[in-house]
Amino acid sequence: MDFGAVRVLHGVDLELNRGQIHALIGENGAGKSTLSRILAGFLTPTGGMMFLNGAPYNPRRKRDAEQHGVHMVLQELNLIGTLSVAENLFLEDLPNIGGWVRRQELKRMATAALARVGLNDLDPWTPVSKLGIGQKQLVGIAAGLARQCSLLILDEPTAPLTAPEIERLFVQLNQLKKEGTAILYISHRLEEIRRLADCITILRDGRRVGTWPVSELSMDDIIRNMVGRDLTDLPQRNTYSPGNVALKVEGLTRGTAVQGVSFEVRAGEIVGMAGLVGSGRTETLRAIFGADQPEAGHVYLHGSLKPAKIESPADAVQQGLALLTEDRKEQGLLLPLPIQHNMTLASLGRIARHGWLQPVWEDAPTQKWLKALQVRCRNAAQPVNELSGGNQQKVVLARWLMRDCHVLMFDEPTRGIDIGARFEIYQWLQQLAAQGKALLVVSSDLRELMMLADRILVMSAGRIAGEFVRGQWTEDVLMSAALSGYLNTDTTRQ
Amino acid sequence: MAKQSETAIPRPTWARWAGEYGGLIGALVALIVIFSLRTEHFLSHTNFLAIANQIPSILLVAVGMTCVLIIAEIDLSVGSVLGLCGAVVGVAMTQWDWSLPMAVTAGLLAGVICGLFNGLVSLAWRLPSFIVTLGMLEMARGGAHALTRSQTQYIGSSIEGIAGATFLGLSLPFWLAMGAVVVAQLVLTRTVFGRYMIAIGTNQEAVRLSGIDPRPVKLAVFVASGLLVALAAIIDTSRFQSANPNAGVGFELQAIAAAVIGGTSLMGGRGSLVSTFFGVLIIAVLNAGLSAEGARDEMKRLVTGAVIVLAVIFDQYRHRASGVQRSA
Repeated sequence: MDFGAVRVLHGVDLELNRGQIHALIGENGAGKSTLSRILAGFLTPTGGMMFLNGAPYNPRRKRDAEQHGVHMVLQELNLIGTLSVAENLFLEDLPNIGGWVRRQELKRMATAALARVGLNDLDPWTPVSKLGIGQKQLVGIAAGLARQCSLLILDEPTAPLTAPEIERLFVQLNQLKKEGTAILYISHRLEEIRRLADCITILRDGRRVGTWPVSELSMDDIIRNMVGRDLTDLPQRNTYSPGNVALKVEGLTRGTAVQGVSFEVRAGEIVGMAGLVGSGRTETLRAIFGADQPEAGHVYLHGSLKPAKIESPADAVQQGLALLTEDRKEQGLLLPLPIQHNMTLASLGRIARHGWLQPVWEDAPTQKWLKALQVRCRNAAQPVNELSGGNQQKVVLARWLMRDCHVLMFDEPTRGIDIGARFEIYQWLQQLAAQGKALLVVSSDLRELMMLADRILVMSAGRIAGEFVRGQWTEDVLMSAALSGYLNTDTTRQ
Repeated sequence: MAKQSETAIPRPTWARWAGEYGGLIGALVALIVIFSLRTEHFLSHTNFLAIANQIPSILLVAVGMTCVLIIAEIDLSVGSVLGLCGAVVGVAMTQWDWSLPMAVTAGLLAGVICGLFNGLVSLAWRLPSFIVTLGMLEMARGGAHALTRSQTQYIGSSIEGIAGATFLGLSLPFWLAMGAVVVAQLVLTRTVFGRYMIAIGTNQEAVRLSGIDPRPVKLAVFVASGLLVALAAIIDTSRFQSANPNAGVGFELQAIAAAVIGGTSLMGGRGSLVSTFFGVLIIAVLNAGLSAEGARDEMKRLVTGAVIVLAVIFDQYRHRASGVQRSA
């Protein structure tokens, strides 16, 4: 399966049996979601074959898959907020007579479906937008359970659920299993999987590592198989001598995503931030940067004893902070505009004289960074949407380097970037640290962090679950810390 | 001066200017040629003078509208605010016996206040400007009728001087509107403010996350639109020597049409005041030409509507050809 420019899955074999709960696990980006989306007809594979009940199975769309009895409950819920719970449950097959919805019949069906996930008290006519995230997830699951399916795919279904809700869900899943449904269960909550699943398939870098009966794998085996790969292909970071504290975060809290996060980053240091998707890393960076307002906690900059006043990104940038966002296209770039305008955006105040801006004045700084970062382009007038991902990332990086910020925060700086440009960006990060800048790098690629960082913070379920200095870490240790916040279902957030 | 680097942005050349405005100028010339051939009196000094006297107020409104569209917002209230500002000037002079400078100041102030309202309300409550300015459209028109008790206010020759003054054979309002085009174009292309306008219209969140607060820029653009509308109102009041509470009905659509013919994107991030000037001219020439042909009003509207649609289709192709994707 090719996805964009990057091949996501490489010849994965998978066999799912009726009456079995099959767990699919792997690191972020291992290919779990891509694989399940192919099964559910959201994506079409570029190669390979699928068989369902012995017959060839090539779903072109979600609808095809559902007609074959394959249904997927999505991680990001595809419910329509303005419609009622009942309508959402049976949206594709509303009971009707000549187009007129039979409301009594719909209500009866919806009530029955909701009872299966323990939502007995929920009025089926409640608009979905009025529900909490946990209830929404249960409605999504109820929609899956209500269909006559031979294969039910659940992607991280328990993330927003409370312990009793999870218990009820497990009872229902075991019931379905008895009725002969095959269930593919995607999760990174290993304890749940060990309780629920019959067998486990582990994916790594788009390849299948193996499939085992759940009883044959210990927790350590699972982690080793998730991360196990050679580390020899990337250069190790040289020794470093960190300077003064440049960024200190104390008790930062925002909703359930960021809960009392505290840490320091020193000048000349690269601090990595690891964690699973949804562990609160992006939210932490955004709260520090003033993009979202934290509910509690303080940020101290450049060794100051007084908390910095950061109420907006403008305040943050004024005080020498920079944030390279995870989503370059939506939150970083001005896609149809020239490279030059993208690069100088944050520095226009310094380039201009009394607000007056001669385009010639932008040439010198733009050319300097085009050359320094080796951006491959026709000229500085080329719109950035014509550049490759790596070159786009260099343009965003240039915007902040031109501005001369002291604390740089990078959110997934190498996502979707080919290996060549990746190394160039690594070299730049190291060079920036050598110049005495403080760097905080969020990445889902543990190898990347282990190569780059001087220290690694691991976030799990909104908290810092561990801090490791170079030499103390192994991939297994980091992955264990990343999973630690999700191990005990009793502490699950609602 | 050092030799320009290979990858530097090439300085504008005549070829690029032609590429930018060639299509619009070509369309304009074609219209003039067609109407000159088909009617006897079209190609005449008086006719062009008449067009030059007609366009200033709509041109001023269209300049403001183009700026608002560039930041990916819209101002539907311009026509009504024009009526309101004219009503303020008219009532101030006829009923309150204010002096001309006082009345003009009050008119300008009314425009600024309407712009402030549009900007502040949509920013403070994060409402779409479509809705806020739609509300202002009703409120300003209501205000204009309330002030004048729905009666046209006849001011007389005391206000005539503004529209009557001429320079190099063209009226003061014409030069004023041309000045607005030039100043706004310079602000857009040669100032930090203008760069922020384009950037905000392209991707407001990226601008915010680059440490730039988009709100002051957006507020200033709404206020500028209100001020330009007030100027247009004063010109119209002076030209007709009266203030009609129904003045400016439909101006919002004419202004949007002119901007769109000039290639301004309704999605924001792209536009030019010079192009909007040509857009206004094309509509004016089309109207004058059809009048000269003796076409009736309904026929004029039909043709003008078709021209707007054709212009946008043509613009799409032009941008696809130059490889620039739209920022949808």
